[in-house]
Amino acid sequence: MNPVYIIGAGIHPFGRTDTRTGREQGVFAVRQALADAGLEWADLECAYGGSASSGSADIMVNDLGLTSLPFINVANGCATGGSALASAQWAVASGAFDLALAVGFDKHPRGAFNASPAAYGLPEWYGQTGMMLTTQFFALKIQRYMQLHGITRRTLGLVAEKAFSNGVHAEHAWRRSAVDLETILESQMINDPLTKFMFCSPAEGGVALILASEKKMRELGADGVRIAAVAVKTRPPDSFEVFQPAVSVNEGGKPTVLASRKAYELAGMGPEDIDVAQLQDTESGAEIMHMAENGFCKDGEQEQWLAEGRTRIDGKLPINTDGGCLACGEPIAASGLRQVYENTVQLRGRGGARQVPGSPKTAYSHVYGAPGLSGVAILQR
Amino acid sequence: MTGHSTALAPIAPGLWTQEQQPRLLGGKLASGEIVFPMPQGEAAEGVEPYPLSRRGTLWSWTRQDFRPKSPYEGPSEGPHDFKPFLLGYVELPGEVIVESYIVDATLADLRLGMAMEFTLTPFDATRATFAFRPETVS
Repeated sequence: MNPVYIIGAGIHPFGRTDTRTGREQGVFAVRQALADAGLEWADLECAYGGSASSGSADIMVNDLGLTSLPFINVANGCATGGSALASAQWAVASGAFDLALAVGFDKHPRGAFNASPAAYGLPEWYGQTGMMLTTQFFALKIQRYMQLHGITRRTLGLVAEKAFSNGVHAEHAWRRSAVDLETILESQMINDPLTKFMFCSPAEGGVALILASEKKMRELGADGVRIAAVAVKTRPPDSFEVFQPAVSVNEGGKPTVLASRKAYELAGMGPEDIDVAQLQDTESGAEIMHMAENGFCKDGEQEQWLAEGRTRIDGKLPINTDGGCLACGEPIAASGLRQVYENTVQLRGRGGARQVPGSPKTAYSHVYGAPGLSGVAILQR
Repeated sequence: MTGHSTALAPIAPGLWTQEQQPRLLGGKLASGEIVFPMPQGEAAEGVEPYPLSRRGTLWSWTRQDFRPKSPYEGPSEGPHDFKPFLLGYVELPGEVIVESYIVDATLADLRLGMAMEFTLTPFDATRATFAFRPETVS
């Protein structure tokens, strides 16, 4: 496989933009990525993209230009962006193309997602009785984890406090005001133990990344960041995932652990080699559990990590430096690519007030989606 | 509560057995694995209906504090008259861990591993659904 580089990164601010459709936000991000790479739309050789609720990505050619490039629509729930990136990376790594686009955008109505049982192969009563909610799954998973591994509510609050504090310095973030710990802990309860400020909200936004072969990067003289690894894994048997009326009594594996191990293996490095990480934080509990599932600490050590500020921007392993999903909101198909965008910014040293000190050389991103799949990407400077 | 709820129609057919002490209806796969609910249609081929234990232990829990969007069909008309409800996963030893309403308890009562027992509970004015409650010492 040939080395692949990200040479262009663009983002449409996350949050609410009433004047633009989801796809228009995607187009905005593509144009910004092209400008960043010093390319024209006509230069791109192939594209992979998707949205969960804003229509087909390939229709973007109407706005960007009818250049006849192959444009493949990707649909993988919250991991849509990760899957688009993986596909674009494989397209260039294989040698089939020198320039590829990965794009994701979305625009969701306010409030929690409401999924259709039939779309997930589940019986109607599961939705009718109000048990098919992503927020409940997150609460049920962290509730058990807290009991087993001694994680406190205060630590859940510290994760959110850090997110909003980082979001202040990210131009693309939605929530750009700091929120103090007490307000987070005492805000409206959504699903015990998770309060309103511990949850991210469905939102809007778009992200585009342009991938190039080494030859093309050198030819263009572009500012590239190497993709050291991309791994996507669906769930193994007996795992505990979102939307499950029942779980096996045999404790199974986790898709995040599988994707993480694969990515480390492909990159030839381990968690101790990572300088900055973006981990799926649909709520505070997810970031805590994903710290362990991605190998950065053991179960239960998060309590000490958060208390010591080890995941802050000036800490040993800064996590979610742009405020993550908590501060940016979650436009499903754009969210995973936002993490890679942020890592590209950090490795290029363009983070401004949120720049991780000491010129980070390696950056890790992790996204998780229904019905149980994870995508991990490791970038290297 | 069981006596009252049996007058109500089940939220779905075949979810639990029709007997004096009703049991949730799971399925036993050819591999021996127990699943819930019992698969329907072609997926049920080779799966033997398997009534589940009425007793288990609490595996995790939460409280639903906001009114879910459609397809939720609970009794409330909107956020103003929505009553939060408890739910969780109950491990039925050697069988399967089922997601269920939790009744006859408050959030503060719930503890990991506590003994739970099966019951039926009114869902709305006409329908019943299944639930677990802390086991009563008798």
